[in-house]
Parts: sequence; C-alpha cells; structure tokens
Amino acid sequence: MMTERTRTCPSDEGFRAELLAVLPHLRAFARGLSGRPDFADDLVQEAAIKAWSARDRYQPGTNMRAWTFAILRNHYLSELRRNKRQAAFDEGAAERLLVMEPDQEAPLHLGDMETALQQLTPERREAVLLVGASGFSYEEAAAISECPIGTMKSRVARARADLARILDTHPRTGATSSRTG
Amino acid sequence: MVGERELVLNQPSGRKNCGKVHELLPDVRKPREDGEPGWASGLRKLYNSVIEEPLPDSFQDLLKKLDDSDDD
Repeated sequence: MMTERTRTCPSDEGFRAELLAVLPHLRAFARGLSGRPDFADDLVQEAAIKAWSARDRYQPGTNMRAWTFAILRNHYLSELRRNKRQAAFDEGAAERLLVMEPDQEAPLHLGDMETALQQLTPERREAVLLVGASGFSYEEAAAISECPIGTMKSRVARARADLARILDTHPRTGATSSRTG
Repeated sequence: MVGERELVLNQPSGRKNCGKVHELLPDVRKPREDGEPGWASGLRKLYNSVIEEPLPDSFQDLLKKLDDSDDD
C-alpha cells in the first residue's frame, strides 16, 4: 500500500523515521498545552500529517523536534480559534480543580503539577513546556512560538514564578514534610 | 466525566492505581540541594511520563495516513 513516492525516495523513509521518533515528544507537548489527552492525540496525528505533507520544506539534519513542535503549536492555535475548545478546556480545568479537594492532605502528585500547569496563561504554559520540560533553548523556543527571545525569557520567568506560587499556596496543610519517597 | 478523568494524568483520587502517573513529588515546593526548584523536576517528570507512554492504537493508522497523504 506504499505510494510510488514513498517507494522511490529513500529520504522520505528517513523523514518518516525521524517524524515517528518525535511523536512521543509531540504527545507530551500537546498534552501539556491542552490538558486533554484525546484532543492532544488528535493534534499530534494531524500535525504529523501536516509535517509529512510539508516534508519537502524540511532540511535534513536540522531540528525535527523544533520543526514539528512549531507545526503542532500552530495547528493547536488554529484549532482553538476554529472550534472554540478553550471554553471546554476551562470547564475541564475547573472540574479537575474541584476533584483535587479531597486529596489535599497528600504530598503533591504529578496531577498537582498538571493542574498547576493548566492554571497558567496559554503563553506562559507554552513557554515553560518548551524550555522547562522539552529542553529547548530560549532561542529555539522563541522561534517555535514566533516571538522575540526576550519575550520568551519573560514568559518562562513568569511561568516559573506562577508555578512556584501556585504549588506553594495550593495545599491547605503545608504537607512538605509528608515525604514518602 | 469520570471517563475523561481516567484518561488524564491528574487522578488525585485514584490512589489504588499506583502507576507512574501517580508518582509522588514530595519536595516539589522546596528547593533541592542543587538549587533547582522541586516543581521543575516535577514538570519534567510529568512531561516524561507522557513520553514514556506507549503510543495508542490510534497511531497505528498514522503510517497509512502518511502513505496516503501524498498531496504535496
């Protein structure tokens, strides 16, 4: 079922291998951006198809991860605008916050971090995901987000401050001593 | 509602399910010895937990889609 093009162009195979290798990273980025696993996986698949369709514009040996992240990010923003999913997301985030309440006495879970992440503004969330989680440089992250480096640095700094504040004030019990490993 | 919660990382009430997504972040609010805030490692842990997930079955079709979408 392979197309003529795929059969006859070894570089396409190389591109596809690179693209498939970044899929888990795209999933993590999309999950962090949207907070919705189902939506995130749709985004990843659609972004992967867009990347494949645009593969002629990719320069082998450059940063496939940064290139595909930018595609996914742009697709995500266009989907938000088109489908107005932001409203649905906000409802979901509020719902998860309510769900947090019974577990306040416990040390923080990854879910706490996820909840805190989803409380950030979209720009700051994106920035801290790119720099703090994905490991991109400020320069790479700025290119992905199509903003000046200074703006990216500012967003990351504010996101970090927000996360520290949210996670510091989140628990009612101050359970920092509840160390369980 | 519950179904959606089961899909996301945030499952604070599901203690009996002690998979990696429930990993505790005991010092997330305190600076670590290396000076990095605890939440910074927590953020990477959250991120990496998704990277380490096996791809869902729905991604099996992606290869076919890639082969079929030869439109550019």
